[in-house]
Amino acid sequence: MLDSRLRGNDEGGCLMSFMPVVLWSDALVFLLLAAGIAAAWYVRRREHLLLPWQRVAHNSVAMASLLVLSLFLAVGLLDTLHFRMALPQANGGEKVYSSEVLSVFDKLVGPLRTHTEKTYSEPFALTLYAKESMTDAQGNVARDYPRLQYGGAHLSDASQRVEDIWKRALAGGGLGLLVGLLSFYLTHRKLHCASGCDRAVSIATLILTTLIGAIANLAAVYHVLGTDKVGQDVLYLSLKSIRTGLIIGTVTTLVTLPLALFLGVAAGYFRGWVDDVIQYVYTVLSSIPSVLLIAAAVLMMQVTIDTHPQWFDTAASRADLRLVFLCLILGMTSWTGLCRLLRGETLKLREMEYIQAAQSFGVSSLRILTRHIMPNVMHIILIALVMDFSALVLAEAVLSYVGVGVDPSMISFGTMINAARLEMGREPMVWWALAAAFGFMLVLVLAANLFADAVRDAFDPRLNRTESKA
Amino acid sequence: MIAYLIRRILYAVPILIGVNLLTFALFFVVNTPDDMARMQLGIKRVTPEAIEKWKQQRGYDKPLFVNSAVGGTDKLTDTIFWQKSASMFVFDFGYSDDGRSIGREIAKRMGPSLAIALPTFLIGLIVYVSFALLMTLFRATALDMAGVALCVLLMSISGLFYIIGGQFVVSKLWHLVPISGYAGGADSFKFVVLPILIGIAGGVGSSSRWYRTIFLEEIGKDYVRTARAKGLSELRVLFTHVLKNAMIPILTGVVVVIPLLFMGSLLTESFFGIPGLGSYTIDAINAQDFSVVRAMVFLGSVLYIVGLILTDVSYTVVDPRVRLQ
Repeated sequence: MLDSRLRGNDEGGCLMSFMPVVLWSDALVFLLLAAGIAAAWYVRRREHLLLPWQRVAHNSVAMASLLVLSLFLAVGLLDTLHFRMALPQANGGEKVYSSEVLSVFDKLVGPLRTHTEKTYSEPFALTLYAKESMTDAQGNVARDYPRLQYGGAHLSDASQRVEDIWKRALAGGGLGLLVGLLSFYLTHRKLHCASGCDRAVSIATLILTTLIGAIANLAAVYHVLGTDKVGQDVLYLSLKSIRTGLIIGTVTTLVTLPLALFLGVAAGYFRGWVDDVIQYVYTVLSSIPSVLLIAAAVLMMQVTIDTHPQWFDTAASRADLRLVFLCLILGMTSWTGLCRLLRGETLKLREMEYIQAAQSFGVSSLRILTRHIMPNVMHIILIALVMDFSALVLAEAVLSYVGVGVDPSMISFGTMINAARLEMGREPMVWWALAAAFGFMLVLVLAANLFADAVRDAFDPRLNRTESKA
Repeated sequence: MIAYLIRRILYAVPILIGVNLLTFALFFVVNTPDDMARMQLGIKRVTPEAIEKWKQQRGYDKPLFVNSAVGGTDKLTDTIFWQKSASMFVFDFGYSDDGRSIGREIAKRMGPSLAIALPTFLIGLIVYVSFALLMTLFRATALDMAGVALCVLLMSISGLFYIIGGQFVVSKLWHLVPISGYAGGADSFKFVVLPILIGIAGGVGSSSRWYRTIFLEEIGKDYVRTARAKGLSELRVLFTHVLKNAMIPILTGVVVVIPLLFMGSLLTESFFGIPGLGSYTIDAINAQDFSVVRAMVFLGSVLYIVGLILTDVSYTVVDPRVRLQ
């Protein structure tokens, strides 16, 4: 574990002291974030690079999807700042930290995490899902649905429930709407957005703020999406799953990107035996059906992790390393496609006049590759990146079902579906966990797909032409 | 063409050797057989004797590459590499952990896998191409837009949802077909119809959209304008000209998966309890039966390479300009 053992300020008492924890995946996310910011800063100052992004910005569907995506991203990033709380009792002056790794997000949504019930309960329910034997004050034993410990605990009478839900939803929604309108008013005075771009986005913003307001207000006292088998709030689980999905979707492509870029461009540019070797490597890798290769690699990774328990000091770091390995393995199986595309494009580019001119001027191969070829294949990389994202998020769920996905203790859409699937046979059916996982996944993937389409349309020169002709 | 095929088959040999070496490295070098034994035996029962016994039962108690304890050719053949990896080239997959012959099991399970995969593939192809042609016919209208939007929505839904949702609605609510199971012969229909339908539904989004892109690319070409100028109806242009010319890109993606149909689908088969190769693989993964997973990896890559060769052959069928030599 990349563990910067910084001590929190001790004088703040036990509650305030914590130890920041940087898990491997956190480090990768921070690296990505830094790279993203650097790239944005670089593009901002160059007109020709900015142009396609402006085209994306004028696509209202894309901007609305981006809004949704950035919301998911915000949750994911907050969930990436990890720390370990100090345990209250000082062990002979030596501080002892809890083995439980928490994130800033966990702290923000505090009650969602800590309000666990005994077992399943329906969304907005006041009682548990199953009947239990209860003894009342007179000592009579009756079988009835017990009240939840937290869900709707402020209501004395079950009949107030519907009215209370409406009241809270309206109040929260109203507040959210107000915040949305206010932020709108403030930004609009500053930014003069072109007429077409902002209507869909503004409507989407208002809908989102209203929705968030209503849900936040309700989630404080109800289990908006019910609870799962061990009584955890399903909304909390769904929100926590976002980080796993985002990491699988982004880190996977990016860890293997250098490999694909370097090998693909080298194969296309140098041809000859370099090309033969590289082609051989990716043909071998791509000839193994990807699910099987992933399954085999993950099985072997499990053996390595199981036989080296001394590598991990917390359960979270173990689950996290497995996630990073999973990303690497997924990347290993998917880089071949990108590599092939890059090789093809480089083969085309190297015959261009400007490359031949550079060659006849005696510019070194390395310089030609970095200055003339790589910038001209960047659009392919970008398109591959955004197009792969949604497929990877969906793949995570399937792999977790097959048993070769993330660690079973890690909260993800796949593990949620897997756990909920076993309860389909119950009567009455436990549907909410499944519905929540599929719903969140649908929103994330749909937004990613729509945004990816817009990016592809803006960057792919070939597609632009055919679209305008048709 | 025969010469071409022979060359392609010869070219496949180094690739299969590569696959073989890769799986060998993955299964025996990254983790030693001792590690595997320790993991499978669990923490409680790990004793040196137990590990030795586990290895001996599975034939893992030999050196990896060179056995210096014996003489002659046995030096190379009495090793893990020769007995577990090289033997796969003659399709000798050895035995699974429960002692059954993997080769026989594969032969037995291919049937049920094909009973699902083949109809899904064929009917699916027809449905996707027709839907894409329909969208192309109404291109740049509201109908086309709605079609594309539907495709994007459908492809954003997890494949698991189609299976779980389909099983719930059709089998549990409507009681039309059994939830899972399989029977041979004519009885199999009621078991396979739902997996097939779900398999088709799961692919509509991405496939139809992909074919629509191909058709749109073709429809912008000059020969289409010529055909229209001749006064041909739009339908005729689409079906006889565009469809035929779009065959090459379509075949590129389609033919390669035909041999892989034998492998079945992991998800569908395990959800519906079909005793095919897909559920065999998934059971092996869950039971951590390494020899079965290794065999399936090798079989899968052989079938993939067969698919690539078939793709090339199929080009000559649809495009007379293509000559393989």
